[in-house]
Amino acid sequence: MKRLQPGFPARVIAALLALFLLMPLVAVIPVSFTPSRFLSIPSDELSLRHYRALIENPLWAQGAWLSIRVGVVSALVSTALAAGFAIGIWMLRPRFAGLLMGLALLPMVAPPVVSALTLYFFLVTLSQFNDFIAYDRWAGVVMAHVVMVAPFAVVLISVGLSQIDRRMDLAARSMGAGLGTRVFRVILPNIRFSLILSLFLTFVLSWEEIAVTLFITSIEAVTLPRLMWMGLRDNIDPAIAAISVFLIVVVVLAILGRTLWHIRTRTRETS
Amino acid sequence: MTRRHMLLLGPLLLFLAAAYLIPFLGVMRWSVTLPEPGLHQYRAALTDPLVQSVIWRTLRICTMVTVITVAAAYMLALIWVRSGPVARVLVELCILIPFWISVLTRAFGWLALLSNRGLVNSWLEALGIIDLPLVMVRNEFGVVVGMVHFLIPFAVFPIATAMRNVDERVLMAARSMGASRARIFWQVFVPMTRPGILGAMLLVFVFSLGFFITPAILGGGRSVMVAELIYLRLFQSPNWGLAAAMSVILMAGVGLLIALLLRQLGERTAR
Repeated sequence: MKRLQPGFPARVIAALLALFLLMPLVAVIPVSFTPSRFLSIPSDELSLRHYRALIENPLWAQGAWLSIRVGVVSALVSTALAAGFAIGIWMLRPRFAGLLMGLALLPMVAPPVVSALTLYFFLVTLSQFNDFIAYDRWAGVVMAHVVMVAPFAVVLISVGLSQIDRRMDLAARSMGAGLGTRVFRVILPNIRFSLILSLFLTFVLSWEEIAVTLFITSIEAVTLPRLMWMGLRDNIDPAIAAISVFLIVVVVLAILGRTLWHIRTRTRETS
Repeated sequence: MTRRHMLLLGPLLLFLAAAYLIPFLGVMRWSVTLPEPGLHQYRAALTDPLVQSVIWRTLRICTMVTVITVAAAYMLALIWVRSGPVARVLVELCILIPFWISVLTRAFGWLALLSNRGLVNSWLEALGIIDLPLVMVRNEFGVVVGMVHFLIPFAVFPIATAMRNVDERVLMAARSMGASRARIFWQVFVPMTRPGILGAMLLVFVFSLGFFITPAILGGGRSVMVAELIYLRLFQSPNWGLAAAMSVILMAGVGLLIALLLRQLGERTAR
């Protein structure tokens, strides 16, 4: 008997919903070619002035460069901390594992605005003692981003660990391997895909983080999302459309590439 | 537990304790000490008409958003899980592409579509259907549209998981007993996916309670929600005590809902 499939009305509704999901992403394209200084749809002439502004106005490059630096450092630090934590839990299986895990995941489940206020309190307090890890400093932003993205790294790495065979580690231990050898030569090589995935995800999350960044920066440490926020709030600057088109194209290409690759490997496996 | 094991587990826990837990206690202290010691900020949060109206608006918008999002996600998940390979890939793309695009870009996309000079108003004016632009942003309509758009992918995943777990043989049994397609869908399939629906509803509601960026951009300061009020009380018309008290209340509410979610998950795995 053939598997029941969704009927025609369900397909029409889903198609409309798919349109709804993609519509705002398509809508930024015409806006980015407007010749005027405010958000509008170009009627007779198209202009590249907003794309030129992205290159000519040094603020955009500075913001992007800061976001890249913050993202790379946050990804490295949070993945390292999360890997240590997840491996520790996996090896020891301590009695309060659930509680410790809950603590590590707290910043992920708490409302972003509460985390933002908390990290604002933290950095304002630190500002009284130093000028490096402080409010509106790039190291302060890294600190806050590590708090926000580390839980995602913990989840990914724990999933990776749950798939490796515990007996491998036991064998290494019974052969006299020390803790360092077990971690660096046995466990880490076996979860390398989770580690790469974690580095990638934490970088992306930090790259687009805005809720917390908004609270802990003002004029010095202006990341790319922070710069976009400033252009969105007061007079809507069509340069935001140009940068959005750029970001959307990157994501679409990445996802299409991944999907095609999946389809190719899948058909190769079945044929 | 040896001391060297603590080298693995310790860093992340110490870091989160220093940068998150202790500062959160500091925020709690603000809520009972600023501007003077006492519980009056909590009293204000529960009696002040402005705060009250913001809380009610937040609950109303979040409820609306939850119902619309979960209904839409259900239809998308249905096609994703149960239709042919082509439709499946298309739906997957429509869910994944917005999922990876930052909240700022997506909110900007809705501005490009819905603002007075946006795509929709330009088209309707060009077609002669309207004379004055329809007001679709800087009000609750814009906020709800933007939030639903942001949250649909998050709701699709738990619902799709529940749908994949439906036992095909039960559907076949219903069909062989002569049930119509509509009857199979409403009386067999939907009840069997109820855990997924409930999980998605709680998830979306919890997420939407702390929403900040989308309402701030698409609400344009007119339909302020709790998270944005916290931001305003911190940076625009300062009342740090009230901001802290509202954060504590928000955190408590979300904590309660997450406890519910975990209990429900626990029951599902226990069954």
